[in-house]
Amino acid sequence: MTSSEVNWDAIVIGGGHNGLVAAATLAKSGRKVLLLEAGSDLGGAARTEEFAPGFRVSAVAHLLNRLHPDVVKTLELERHGLKVERADFMPSVALSKDGSLVLHGAYGEVLTGASPTEQSAWKELRAQLLRYAGVLKPFLSRRPPDLAGMSIAEMTGLGQTALALKRLGKEDMRDFLRVLLMNVYDLLDEQLSDDRLKGLLAFDATLGSHLGPRSPTSLLGLYYRLAGEIGGLAGAQMLPKGGMGAVVTAIRAAAEQAGVSIRPASPVAKVVVEKGRAIGVVTQGGETLRAKTVVSATNPATTILDLVGPREVDTGFVRKVKNIRMKGDAAKLHLALDRPPQFSGVDAAGHKGRLVIAPSPDHVERAFNPSKYGEFSPEPVMEITLPSLADVSLAPSGACVLSAVVQYAPYALRAGWAAGRPQFLKAIMAQLETYAPGIGATVRHAELLTPADIEARYRMPGGHWHHGELQADQMLMSRPVSGWSGYDTPLEGLFLAGAGSHPGGGISGAPGLNAARRIIAMRA
Amino acid sequence: MAQATRKKPIASEVDTALEARLAAQPHFRTLRLGTPFQPRIDALGLKQDWYSWAGYRAPHSLWDEELEYFAIRSQAALFDISPMTKYRIEGPGAEAYLDRVTLRDVTRLQPGRVHYTAWCDDDGFVLDDGTLFRLSPTRFRLCSQERHLPWLLDSAIGYEVSIEEETEAVAGLALQGPTSFAILRDAGFAGVERLKVFDLAEFAHDGATVTISRTGFTGDLGYELFVPADKALSLWDRLMMAGELRGIRAIGYTALNRARLEAGLIVANADFTTSEHAIRADRLRMPDEIGLGFLVDPEKGHFNGRRAIFEARTKKKLRHVLVGLEIEGNIPAEHAIVYYRKSQEVGLVSAAMWSPMAKRNIAIASLQRPYGDTIVDDLWVEIYAMRELQYQKLMKKAKVVQRPFIKLDRRTASPPADF
Ligand SMILES: Cc1cc2nc3c(=O)[nH]c(=O)nc-3n(C[C@H](O)[C@H](O)[C@H](O)COP(=O)(O)OP(=O)(O)OC[C@H]3O[C@@H](n4cnc5c(N)ncnc54)[C@H](O)[C@@H]3O)c2cc1C
Repeated sequence: MTSSEVNWDAIVIGGGHNGLVAAATLAKSGRKVLLLEAGSDLGGAARTEEFAPGFRVSAVAHLLNRLHPDVVKTLELERHGLKVERADFMPSVALSKDGSLVLHGAYGEVLTGASPTEQSAWKELRAQLLRYAGVLKPFLSRRPPDLAGMSIAEMTGLGQTALALKRLGKEDMRDFLRVLLMNVYDLLDEQLSDDRLKGLLAFDATLGSHLGPRSPTSLLGLYYRLAGEIGGLAGAQMLPKGGMGAVVTAIRAAAEQAGVSIRPASPVAKVVVEKGRAIGVVTQGGETLRAKTVVSATNPATTILDLVGPREVDTGFVRKVKNIRMKGDAAKLHLALDRPPQFSGVDAAGHKGRLVIAPSPDHVERAFNPSKYGEFSPEPVMEITLPSLADVSLAPSGACVLSAVVQYAPYALRAGWAAGRPQFLKAIMAQLETYAPGIGATVRHAELLTPADIEARYRMPGGHWHHGELQADQMLMSRPVSGWSGYDTPLEGLFLAGAGSHPGGGISGAPGLNAARRIIAMRA
Repeated sequence: MAQATRKKPIASEVDTALEARLAAQPHFRTLRLGTPFQPRIDALGLKQDWYSWAGYRAPHSLWDEELEYFAIRSQAALFDISPMTKYRIEGPGAEAYLDRVTLRDVTRLQPGRVHYTAWCDDDGFVLDDGTLFRLSPTRFRLCSQERHLPWLLDSAIGYEVSIEEETEAVAGLALQGPTSFAILRDAGFAGVERLKVFDLAEFAHDGATVTISRTGFTGDLGYELFVPADKALSLWDRLMMAGELRGIRAIGYTALNRARLEAGLIVANADFTTSEHAIRADRLRMPDEIGLGFLVDPEKGHFNGRRAIFEARTKKKLRHVLVGLEIEGNIPAEHAIVYYRKSQEVGLVSAAMWSPMAKRNIAIASLQRPYGDTIVDDLWVEIYAMRELQYQKLMKKAKVVQRPFIKLDRRTASPPADF
């Protein structure tokens, strides 16, 4: 083992977007920061990769809909190349054999393809969803309240939420509390009647979690989505030019300008602990690097159980960490197509949008059912984008890239994914063929990443979207585990900064930013 | 009709299912289990005065509480400790594992030695206390009042160690009192005289092995013996025969409880509430709050509760203290309230007796700091003495004193005395 002389203020483990945000924010506060990334590329689940000759795609995450405004502002991402324009916002298209329905603007400011009654019902429901998501928004962005010793700032944050609640008015507040832990299926039934619209919302509420629309609390997923915003608009979504890797390139530029030293291809093997304090790391290459603060922007379970090791922390904590549920159900499909596909009944603008196959809430529920027993959906639900339509750099001329997130593909497939992958691909292609007849014949190359593949390739345990289920019992004060939700850990000097921490996953940068702010506040 | 013919086989299926279920529930028939020594104890249990010790039928007293107590102090007393929870902890990682789980430094516990210790949860609250026997470099036995298998198994994540509960498989006896050594020698356990206090060794018995340690819960000269359950009765008989002329007597818990109080030893869930049992948040206790701070080793590596314990020490968050009291008069102050200046409630007595050995009225009490810690004067206990259906309230002066309340040279004398 060699020991390097350089001493760092902070070492950040993991160069996913959250690690980069944490590193950049710490460096901007004047700290000397080293970032160690295991992979040869940065970005984690947010990067652009070539999956077939001449075809590039956002490798895991493809839609940008929750990059936190504070991250954009603090790191001046627009100056570093991030482009968010109103024209980039894309519609959501609910595909159906009965003709499609389109949510335009930021999460359906305008709804087309539905009856006038449904349109006005949607207008009301949309307003209500955004209002309620707005109440949760401060909760879902800041450091969760520390029940034991709350600071003035935290009190103020809570106060703001209380105020927002109050502003709802009595009736609305009652209703907010009534529906908070409801399942999305029943709520939709109360207010809407169009199965296509309900199917889309049911899909969005359960995307990235091990829940069906009828599972209790499934509505929270929809609030989480709508608590996100882009370009100042809640519920808006876009495909970043150049793929998700371009977003990371901007964050990386900000980090480098702030003075972060970035080392790719440097997997960390161990966090060094001395007398209950993290004092540095050992790389897989055997190099020991010391730092005043160690920040892990990798998975919380991996951090504690593998990098720190169970011996350095208490049994109760190990128990909690081991119990974090994180078996993913989302697969990623990449198709290299000879030419753009034609989805029936969808216009040109719709093809540049998000195309969702979830024709009814029952369909989503039925797709979920087998996953409980370790089987994939025979008729999977999915969101499809064709990023090369708006960004020709992603595919050879005339050809087309299809990027889809597909559910439900349980991480622990009973039959094993070696046998299951070709069968699941067949089931997906059958669905695609129904909505875009002839697409199968144009496939030049298909890449299907199951949660097991995502785990192996991107170091995401369970291939999980959020690095840990984002359900009521694993949110807020209980994320990643109860008692340790404020980015600190039982080890002095060790902090968690990835999606496994509050508020959760998605390309938001919020966990990374909050963790860095916490560290800065502690020293101050 | 078709229905009736269908019904019958279903009904009998249900019957067999029910029978199978009932057969799998022996606890439903035997409310309190017997220990491997039960045939002998039942024969001696003239008072039929039983209680439940961890689900086993154990005697409060067999024939006479007073005489059973004096058997401990002037003869030899045989006490069945089989219901004590016992874990076999084995493997190359056993030492490191136990060092992480328990408060004391296990690397300093030599094979062939025993030490008293305790263990805590993440918040530094005591889960239990107990004795740790190091049977070999890689094999241990942990004995305790409560059960802890889930905790011990979860603690084993990351260690090369196996943990097995052996409470049923291993029978245990405590042989305590001045003539205990002579009885073991006369019973033919050659070499037992070499055991110093907290030593253990294995001896042949009835084609098997008995582990004898010079340990006990009485503050007296004494030993504990562990043997496979199927050799329990022959061991009992061997000791009883050898001890006949040295006054060996079987005893129940009441007598033992007095001896342990004189020795100043505490009992989990009697003198403090273990953290998994406590329902009320202010009943949880850190080692320093129940007189076990001396077990905490700040020099060794990480152990459960370390962070919380040292934080409580530096931030002065310790709220309770456990003390020995000497109370004026001779009326036991069991469960009496402790007062400061006769008026301010500051704690509770958890165990008390008139000690025949110390010739003092003694007690163990838990007080709220600073009382019992920095303020030790002007403490009082209020004793309610029932006199012919009327309480006589006595306010008695209490003095904080050192534990143990008695110190017997014969407990530690080496070689042990031949009484
Ligand atoms: C199928 C799928 C589709 C998704 N689609 C979207 C989407 O469209 N939009 C969206 O917003 N979100 C989406 N997500 C969620 C999103 O991708 C994640 O929540 C997010 O990328 C997590 O970011 P992170 O920085 O916290 O962790 P990660 O991106 O996982 O980064 C962690 C980094 O740590 C590195 N690392 C791990 N171990 C070590 C080690 N020992 N030493 C050094 N480095 C290490 C990894 O290599 C990785 O680079 C999707 C997720 C999945 C699974």
